[in-house]
Amino acid sequence: MTDKLLKVQPIRNGTVIDHLRAGAGLKILDILDMAGTGNTVSLLINVPSSKQGRKDIIKIEDRELTESETERIALLSPGAHVNIIRNYSVAEKTAVEIPEEVAGVAHCPNTNCISNNERGAISRLLLRNREPVQLACAYCARLVAEEELQFL
Amino acid sequence: MDHVVTIQDLANDDIVSVLDRARELLPVAHGDKRNDVLAGKILATCFFEPSTRTRLSFETAMHRLGGNVIGFADPSATSHLKGETLADAVRMVAGYADAIVLRHPQEGSAQLAAEISEVPVINGGDGAGQHPTQTLLDLFTIREEVGKLEGLTVGLLGDLRYGRTVHSLAAALARYDTTMHFIAPKSLAMPRRVTTELPDGWSAHAALDGILPELDLLYVTRIQKERFPDPEDYARVAGAYTISAEILRDAKPTLRILHPLPRVDEIATDVDGTDHAAYFRQAFNGVPVRMALLEMLLGSD
Repeated sequence: MTDKLLKVQPIRNGTVIDHLRAGAGLKILDILDMAGTGNTVSLLINVPSSKQGRKDIIKIEDRELTESETERIALLSPGAHVNIIRNYSVAEKTAVEIPEEVAGVAHCPNTNCISNNERGAISRLLLRNREPVQLACAYCARLVAEEELQFL
Repeated sequence: MDHVVTIQDLANDDIVSVLDRARELLPVAHGDKRNDVLAGKILATCFFEPSTRTRLSFETAMHRLGGNVIGFADPSATSHLKGETLADAVRMVAGYADAIVLRHPQEGSAQLAAEISEVPVINGGDGAGQHPTQTLLDLFTIREEVGKLEGLTVGLLGDLRYGRTVHSLAAALARYDTTMHFIAPKSLAMPRRVTTELPDGWSAHAALDGILPELDLLYVTRIQKERFPDPEDYARVAGAYTISAEILRDAKPTLRILHPLPRVDEIATDVDGTDHAAYFRQAFNGVPVRMALLEMLLGSD
């Protein structure tokens, strides 16, 4: 029923990122940096969902995600599902979760933080609270709001 | 306790131990008694940013306990300007000393150093971030001057926005069931990131009027000229927050006034001779408190 409604072909091999928070899809597509890779990507925005009301979906053909990419998705849309598709069926299904510590993924928004000024320093954000999401820099303790996230 | 990066690194029991030990060490801090508990130990004071009180009181504390000090007070004399990273500098110094005191202009620098150093790192101030030993000496001074820490009514006055001292102090006082009054011009009010971490029992005010008679303690900070684009605004605001002997007629006789120093004119000199003035004793208290902390980190038992 949903497939008919969406008019988007199921993919043979690749990744389907489902249950994205409505509005997060474009941002996530941007950080996945799919331009120039040659993979076919479809983005569905504001898809009706019985659980979420509205959701976004991204389908990427012939590519599976790295751990760092999964962490980025979790930061922007915790609870999204990453489905690995092999030969038209779901081979793996995981709900993405923000790890307790996210290293080398996003800058601390404090420009005077040592992590933004020291050569070789790796930014680290700590998960202070899961619901609602609250992150803080492991170095300067600055609280990081979602809209402040600047991915490396 | 390995490193002291923020006041949150110290449990309530650690704080009590430091304050109790600092009191025992007072005669040594004054030079009336000898103590060589840290003989043979070396403290490195690495000051990438100028500071007089913090550096000198750490050095005095180390010398009074029989230890030695190496370090620098001016980063222009080091490899920092040649582009050496803080991490490399810390690795090097950790090989030369038994503990490091670090003052650095960037927030989070002490945390970075603590992750790299094999010897204890004490944060001597990281940018606008933390300055835990200042908080410890403030707590020590309050306890010595007022007699207790629990259940006091405390006013924090002046620049509450940029002053890292008052941020850490407010967080620490929250552990002791303190009623806190934040008195500041609107543009220099206590930031929300600090107040959201506090339990109920605080309030913000534009002026000291009406609050002063309730206070057991008034903590005054300097309002910096640089914070105001218009010098006239500065003059008006600074004038409105000046404490004088005249104003203090409404205060409890037991009220004590603290100030992290240096002061400019936010406390008139006519207050210095009153019983309220505790800020010079507060500056001295940096020595016994830092002695207690160094002994805890470096002492053999």
